[in-house]
Amino acid sequence: MSPRPGYVLEVDRSTPPTLFWHGEGYRLERLPQGSRVVYAPEPIEPLADPVAAVRHALDHPLGDSQPLRSLLRPGMRLTIAFDDVSLPLPPMRRPDNRQLVIEQVLDLAAEAGVDDVVLIAALALHRRMTEAELRHALGDRIYDAFAPHGLLRQHDAEDPSELVHLGTTDQGEDVELSRRAAESDLLVYVNINLVAMDGGHKSVATGLASYRSLRHHHNAHTMRHSRSFMDQHRSELHSSNWRMGRLIAASGVRVFQIETTLNNDAFPEQFRFLQRREWEWSARDRAAFVASSAALARTPARLARSVLHGIAGPHRMTSVQAGEVEAVHAVTTGHVHAQQLVEVDGQSDVLTMGLPYISPYNVNSIMNPILVACLGLGYFFNLYRGRPLVREGGVLIMSHPTRKAFHPGHHPSYIDFYEEILAETTDPAEIHKWEEAFATDPWYVHLYRTGHAYHGVHPFYMWYWCAHALDHLGAVVVVGGEPSTVRRLGFRPASTLADALEIAADVVGPSPSVTHLHAPPLMIADVR
Amino acid sequence: MKALVFERAVARFAAARVAATLRGSGHGAAAGPLRMVDADQPDLPGPAWGRVRPLLAGICGSDLATVDGASSRYFEEMVSFPFVPGHEVVGTLEQPPDGSPLAAGSRVVIEPVIGCVPRGVEPPCPACAAGDTGACQHLAVGHLSPGLQIGYCADTGGGWSAAGLVAHASQLHAVPDGLSDEDAVMVEPTACAVHGALAAEVADGACVAVLGAGTLGLATVAALRRLSDPGQLLVGARYPHQRSLALELGADRAVEPDQLDRSVRRATRSLRLAGQVTAGADVVVDCVGSSASLAASLAMVRPRGRVVLVGMPGRLHVDLAPLWHRQVTLAGTYAYGLEAGGRRTFDLAFDVVAAAGLGRLVSARYPLERYAEALAHAGAAGRRGAVKIVFEPGQRPPRQVPPDERAPRTVASGAPRPAGGRSGAGGTRRSGTRKGRTP
Repeated sequence: MSPRPGYVLEVDRSTPPTLFWHGEGYRLERLPQGSRVVYAPEPIEPLADPVAAVRHALDHPLGDSQPLRSLLRPGMRLTIAFDDVSLPLPPMRRPDNRQLVIEQVLDLAAEAGVDDVVLIAALALHRRMTEAELRHALGDRIYDAFAPHGLLRQHDAEDPSELVHLGTTDQGEDVELSRRAAESDLLVYVNINLVAMDGGHKSVATGLASYRSLRHHHNAHTMRHSRSFMDQHRSELHSSNWRMGRLIAASGVRVFQIETTLNNDAFPEQFRFLQRREWEWSARDRAAFVASSAALARTPARLARSVLHGIAGPHRMTSVQAGEVEAVHAVTTGHVHAQQLVEVDGQSDVLTMGLPYISPYNVNSIMNPILVACLGLGYFFNLYRGRPLVREGGVLIMSHPTRKAFHPGHHPSYIDFYEEILAETTDPAEIHKWEEAFATDPWYVHLYRTGHAYHGVHPFYMWYWCAHALDHLGAVVVVGGEPSTVRRLGFRPASTLADALEIAADVVGPSPSVTHLHAPPLMIADVR
Repeated sequence: MKALVFERAVARFAAARVAATLRGSGHGAAAGPLRMVDADQPDLPGPAWGRVRPLLAGICGSDLATVDGASSRYFEEMVSFPFVPGHEVVGTLEQPPDGSPLAAGSRVVIEPVIGCVPRGVEPPCPACAAGDTGACQHLAVGHLSPGLQIGYCADTGGGWSAAGLVAHASQLHAVPDGLSDEDAVMVEPTACAVHGALAAEVADGACVAVLGAGTLGLATVAALRRLSDPGQLLVGARYPHQRSLALELGADRAVEPDQLDRSVRRATRSLRLAGQVTAGADVVVDCVGSSASLAASLAMVRPRGRVVLVGMPGRLHVDLAPLWHRQVTLAGTYAYGLEAGGRRTFDLAFDVVAAAGLGRLVSARYPLERYAEALAHAGAAGRRGAVKIVFEPGQRPPRQVPPDERAPRTVASGAPRPAGGRSGAGGTRRSGTRKGRTP
């Protein structure tokens, strides 16, 4: 039986309560009658033989690229860059797509007699991955072959000797890249295209770049003009990356792009109810919901976090394509859309969503308040094509505990950003004046380079990610969050969904239309 | 006439300490040696002394420590019992000293330190001869009973009295007409802050951190901003209204106390090592005076920097290894006197109070009869959204006040109010952030 497409349910008297994620837990909420609930398409069939599919993609590249084996020769410098720990969510069961692809790239390189091979985790300004995370992404065989010899590296955007300035685009954007990647005879980039924002020229132009480059598109102006950044044709974020990518190619950097997609089979069997439609829950699903939600509610947040971050998603590869960047990404985007697009007819006054325990920037870490804002207003709000799910001036209601809790090792500059910057303003454009001080702070630089800290400027980027939503919305309400923390973010706290809807009614008028985004699993609302 | 008197009673000292421990600062009043009496006016010690009838008299951190039985025993020989507390005083000069240019009926502020001149010590000590009365060491000699200040001396009376007090001509400062009573009662604590701010020796453009934002901390912020030119003035303040006031008074940034070292680190672009900010603030002004605040100050000052103790400490337990290793100067500052440049600290304090409008820090006024409530309010000033609590000794409480209307008189309408003030707001105590004290 083929998987069912996405679905928009209209809530009526017979509709069971709707599942809302709530950080390290979840709740059942009753939405007003007439509300719409947008469900993601069911997981599409994965590739039956991903190894063969990878081999086929490498031998039959897209665009004007030659097959990978013909690009490999003895004595050449080969660099293989790959997406970091921020993808996919949740982390996938072994073997990870990156392992499946890179093992075959390395086999071809060995067959061709290439012995100068370096692997680079394309971190951009993200935190360095731990050994366990690298082993999970690449597999033990690759890790043990490369890491002990210093050939498995993590991009260091603060090492001047490891960066090279390739020039500026016609818009005056600096392009500064990993020297090893730029000066290799061939740069193979291996990605996991979880959402439509990922991949394309963004892989290299962002993943292997420095602050000097990133500041041109990671800013409030760009994000306000990316509507949405999940739609590359209407995204200034992508326009800038595409300009940079073309400059990289024109500079003589030869990129062989390998992109993979996943189905949205995000949760294992015992949590399968999380991606099922509530009226189709079996007795076993209901029992699993009751047992797990009660257990998580009684578990300290730290332990609950540990349990949930231990979940490995059963999602599997649905496509792999290789070759020239733009040709590859056009096909990849089609595969993402095939899995994630849901047609939705028109906008509503209120958009509700439950935010889960994980975002791209807190894998094995704490979802701090800034990441809560980014996940809701950055990622989930932007999961649309055409128009946002909520009308201009409408209200976004998010459910999340929103605790004032930070991982001091991963997010040190976030703490200062929260305490000092958000105490003064929550305007994404206004915070820019503090950006450079954070970006060049020597302590943050030290922690980024030697520890597992996100770069000092990263919280600014998270807040810029919210810029489009903050411009668009009349108010943001957080259900069940710490009131003082929610207010620090510039949002309004509510104890219950009913209270939140009352607050929303004050903004948009009585009896508002409501749409609930039932994510994860991830989807893209194609709003007509 | 009613007056509050503090007597030597060892058992009641202990009771006060227990009450304050169990119920919080200020609650020692209910069980301790402080009691209300009918008092006569104190005798004039000599012709150079005058009589002052208090209009407002502040409750200081050192007063609370005394009432709660928590003062350092260091001061035991510098007080004489029984004494009437109250050294932050604005009053009416009822009987001017002989030869005084001040007219009867004029408003005056008391400079309470009882140095050589009021004590009739001849010749005065070198400090008093130079006008630096805060450094006088003749606090227990001369023709007066021991007492480092009015408010701790059995012979002078103090501000918490409707009967009035006596002060030497050298201790009287005329209050300009443009200054309200609330402003004037802030002159004495501001003088302590001014003295501390100048002892900080802030170079132009320096990074200065102030830890604590009670009366003394806020007055220090005002003084630092007006008497020096710091490049960054950062304040650690526990309560939201304190942070708002710190910003109004000239702080560049006001954060919670446990975030102050982070702000200092960011402002100085320091690294961290062994729990210390490697570069750090040029000057840290500790307006709390606890072990935690001193340790925090040492952790955020730069090598060869300066930590200034403005808040009165007691017996502290602090690791001084960083002080030794980083060659930090620890400076104590007490009271006031003559500052570099030859101006009296009190004269500078008048200027700072007027320029900064520090009368806004007076949050509530109580009649003497409600002293227990007043002291409890002062002890919980921060979490109740208040800053400075004062007595209004001439004010009689209204009769038969219903319990639910028993609120203190607040500052006269039109006067600035502390932002975020919420009388009765709850909260919990944390070490390192208790109210600063100056004797």
